[in-house]
Amino acid sequence: MRPRALIPILYILFLLLPIYWLVAMSFKTTNEILGGFSLFPQEWTFASYRTIFTDPTWYWGYINSIIYVSLNTVISLLAALPAAYAFSRFRFLGDKHLFFWLLTNRMAPAAVFALPFFQLYSAVGLFDTHLAVALAHCLFNIPLAVWILEGFMSGVPKELDETAYVDGYSFPRFFIRIFVPTIKAGIGVAAFFCFMFSWVELLLAKTLTAVEAKPIAAVMTRTASSAGYELGLLAAAGVLTIIPGAIVIWFVRNYIAKGFALGRV
Amino acid sequence: MTLELRNVTKRVGADTHIHETSLRLEPGEFNILLGATNAGKSTLIKLMAGLEKPTSGEIRVDGENVTGLSPQKRNISLVHQFFINYPHMTVFDNIASPLRVAGIPKSEIAGRVEQAADILQLRPMLHRRPDELSGGQQQRCALARAIVKESKAIFLDEPLANLDYKLREELREQLPDLLAGRGTVIVYATSEPTEALLLGGRTALVHEGRIVQFGPTTEIYHNPANQLSATVFSDPPVNLAPVVKRGNRIELAGGHGWTVEGAVAAIPDGAYTVGVRPHFVSPVPVHERTVPIRGVVRITELSGSESVAHFEMGGHVWVSLSPGVHAYKVGEEHEFYMAPEHCFYFGENGDLVIKGDADG
Repeated sequence: MRPRALIPILYILFLLLPIYWLVAMSFKTTNEILGGFSLFPQEWTFASYRTIFTDPTWYWGYINSIIYVSLNTVISLLAALPAAYAFSRFRFLGDKHLFFWLLTNRMAPAAVFALPFFQLYSAVGLFDTHLAVALAHCLFNIPLAVWILEGFMSGVPKELDETAYVDGYSFPRFFIRIFVPTIKAGIGVAAFFCFMFSWVELLLAKTLTAVEAKPIAAVMTRTASSAGYELGLLAAAGVLTIIPGAIVIWFVRNYIAKGFALGRV
Repeated sequence: MTLELRNVTKRVGADTHIHETSLRLEPGEFNILLGATNAGKSTLIKLMAGLEKPTSGEIRVDGENVTGLSPQKRNISLVHQFFINYPHMTVFDNIASPLRVAGIPKSEIAGRVEQAADILQLRPMLHRRPDELSGGQQQRCALARAIVKESKAIFLDEPLANLDYKLREELREQLPDLLAGRGTVIVYATSEPTEALLLGGRTALVHEGRIVQFGPTTEIYHNPANQLSATVFSDPPVNLAPVVKRGNRIELAGGHGWTVEGAVAAIPDGAYTVGVRPHFVSPVPVHERTVPIRGVVRITELSGSESVAHFEMGGHVWVSLSPGVHAYKVGEEHEFYMAPEHCFYFGENGDLVIKGDADG
């Protein structure tokens, strides 16, 4: 092996170290974790995972998270598809400013919006619902989806639209039957990013929920309060939090490569 | 059916894309829109197809006003310069799509798709997707989609421009047979004068949003109505230079000149602009009657079996196009022979006054 190959290998090991540590911890007992340095679990235990999969407060955390993340992804895409089409196909007053303004939404820290959202959703009775979190996450996911989809849509020549109209397709029929399948790679990429950003966002999700729609991130804080620190349990919950993201990445990895090639991701 | 533009204009913001235009297109033969890039050919096609609305004027089909009618309701076909197919559908589904949208029964669709595919030699590719086809096959798929339905008009917007030379020739030869005898109005946009001549039919010369001349292709090639018309319908552009006519003598700058007889001699004395196509200016006297002219060679090109020389003569750059390979020395003076019988004489307003005795 050439010595040059060592550099990326070392780098990848460095990146994977915390993940390995998390996985190793999740199979250790709390005593072993607190006991000192050990590279491998001395005493393999699945107790932490068993707890998560049997205790409803634990697994409902995951289910809640998945519900609002999926809901958010669907809402974001449904809103972003027509918006991105308008930006890519039409020139209208202030279109460039509006497009840039959408992007700046992406830059605002979620903390700024936590308080107004909390008050607003409490007032209209949306507090502690999946929809509340899903809508709150639209704040940054819709602009992102519009931005990504606009890039893919602009890569499709306008002549495709014209050809379809001439062939007799009405606009809705063209959009659903021709246009959406044509940019499905872009939709995949946009869905992936919406999913990921909604999945990892904690602050709004925790602020806007109490019991019914409590996300996994909020459940995880429990371990710190009850019977001391249950680090093994926390680590297992952490591993299970990474897995959905990893699965989604696996499915859309080719699309994302295409998205990078188009220069919009 | 007939397709008619009546006083159509198209403005976008402050720009006028199409100046007031009236045009009447008949079915059966090719109606060629010939003009440079951005001349307004595509805009004219979009207006005729209903993809864009005219700012003023009317578009009539068989005398009926269709100006406000959407393209979906006009029963037309369109082939673009880029190979536009529905990327997620197979070739079969692509060709079938206009029929399916029109609600034609399934039993009929398969037969018609196969018939169109046979005409365009796409039978073996019916189950492939467009991105698995070559450029020529992709464009043939787009053509098949255009001919599969019985449309009232077929618009072809530089359909061969993105194909390589061999495929272009092949498809160009097939096109007239393919589209003739359908009773549809055929509109074909191209930027190549040679293509217009090869396809025949009628040609409309488009220049900066205006139709300069419209008529049978060969006729307007031989009888350009004005200087602009001769320029647009010539590649390389027609050679122009000011001349002075005195009696039966035509004086060209640089002491060159020739005598004229008959009708040409009868036009009033004065200043004219002479136009002569590049292939009537050759380095050897090939035409029956020639006038020697001298010029300094500036640029030379060899295109296939033809030699092109740009030479400067009395402050005007002229182009000579001749068969065979000629050795020019750039920067040196060469003798060329032009054929005065093939000259056009344009008046001061640019309109054709008279042309030389010979046809062409």
